[in-house]
Amino acid sequence: MTHHIERQIEHLKERILRVGTLVEEAISKSITALINRDTQLAQRVMSSDEDIDRMEVEVEEECLKILALYQPVAADLRFVVSVLKINNDLERMGDLARNIAKRVAQLTAGEPCVLPPEIRTMAMQAQDMVKECLDAVVKGDPSLARQVREEDDAVDEARQKIRRRVIQEIKENPENVESLLRINSVSKHIERIADMATNIAEDVIYMVQGDIVRHRSND
Amino acid sequence: MNIQAEPTAPRGGQPETVTATDRLQAVAAGRDVPSEVHPEVLEATPVLEIDRFNLWYGGKQALHGITMPIPNNKVTALIGPSGCGKSTLLRSVNRLNDLVQSVRITGDMRLNGDSIYDPRMDVIELRKRMGMVFQKPNPFPMSIYENVVYALRIDGENNRAALDEVCELSLRGAALWDEVKDRLHDSAIGLSGGQQQRLCIARAIAAEPEVLLLDEPCSALDPIATGKVEDLIQELRGRYSVLIVTHNMQQASRTSDYTAFMYLGRLIEYGTTSGIFTKPILRETEAYVTGRFG
Repeated sequence: MTHHIERQIEHLKERILRVGTLVEEAISKSITALINRDTQLAQRVMSSDEDIDRMEVEVEEECLKILALYQPVAADLRFVVSVLKINNDLERMGDLARNIAKRVAQLTAGEPCVLPPEIRTMAMQAQDMVKECLDAVVKGDPSLARQVREEDDAVDEARQKIRRRVIQEIKENPENVESLLRINSVSKHIERIADMATNIAEDVIYMVQGDIVRHRSND
Repeated sequence: MNIQAEPTAPRGGQPETVTATDRLQAVAAGRDVPSEVHPEVLEATPVLEIDRFNLWYGGKQALHGITMPIPNNKVTALIGPSGCGKSTLLRSVNRLNDLVQSVRITGDMRLNGDSIYDPRMDVIELRKRMGMVFQKPNPFPMSIYENVVYALRIDGENNRAALDEVCELSLRGAALWDEVKDRLHDSAIGLSGGQQQRLCIARAIAAEPEVLLLDEPCSALDPIATGKVEDLIQELRGRYSVLIVTHNMQQASRTSDYTAFMYLGRLIEYGTTSGIFTKPILRETEAYVTGRFG
């Protein structure tokens, strides 16, 4: 029984990391496609979302099976519950990457429009957060998770900057309104990705230390 | 049995400081380790206070400086691997270990403030204040009715109406009334294992005990009978103070309010059941409740 649950937990860990890797790739490719206006790459991101969705369901089924058959407690229970939540957030991140990829095709087809430089910086910050939160899951590292939580503020600030810039641009060049709204939407998606990375970081803290830190600052 | 007046538990010097990781090794090496008692336990009103209690079987020490309050009207579970002393501790509460020649103890226990090990304590009177249920159901070879009212009978109660009332109340309290009300005067031996165990609980609560001691009450029962006894323990919560020894971790988590983890005669960690099973403080407790050892 003991060895069985350990094996199941190990297996679950491998699976959630596979979902994490796919999502990280999808986000990275969607950003590259956006910056390079690469519609083919964007198309590949959109198709890969189906794999992420399928794997999300498999991981959830695996979690439910462990809960039903092994009734885990303490660290095992916290791990399974955290994986259920992380899994859900990863799937949402996959959807956001797909949404960014969709905007690439629309931006390329629409009127010519320059991406604000903050988008690139913000996208890199969000990608770093995704990478770090997944590292925190792998290593069970609550200090790395806390660092991810702190980084979210910078992404939120960048998002507000872009929003203000877009509003200004719309006033100055109302003929580009559609493209500018798409850029605004892309920045919103990137911000949401960073929020999801923060959620995952908070789940890692619960998983390792048993503390629910949501709605609380790091202090 | 030898009761020493002076406690010999380490009071003057603090137990040697050990880190969480080597706590069990330290215990195995015979060193004292501090118990990790969650603050919620200390905030509850105790019905029973176990105070620096040590017990030896001959030269072998089976309990080491156990100090723990047992909260009033709550269910407290004792868990730990075989040989950790949980049954010995339970049996010490109603002084069943007095019957063992080589047993020697130091320290004390207090039931609602009265010293259990005071030499002036009348053990028979003490046991009337507690009910005990064992692993195997042990109904007396008499009718269901007589089993339940046995304690009252030996106390000289012969008023039929009073006995009838206690019998019904106790059987209802033990969730057995509906199943046996039409055959109260049949032999108790004819009941199923699960019914017999609930009858033993009815017999124990008939005397309105201050503490109910349950020593692995479901270990000889099938899953359905176990479920019924567990439901009953849930219902007793709030009305009786229950101290239960169980090998079954899920049973402890399902039925109790507080859980104490013991290892090799020592109290390792003691807290609310939800705390012990979701976020234990010690890695050792975590390893035990997740089945990593023991």
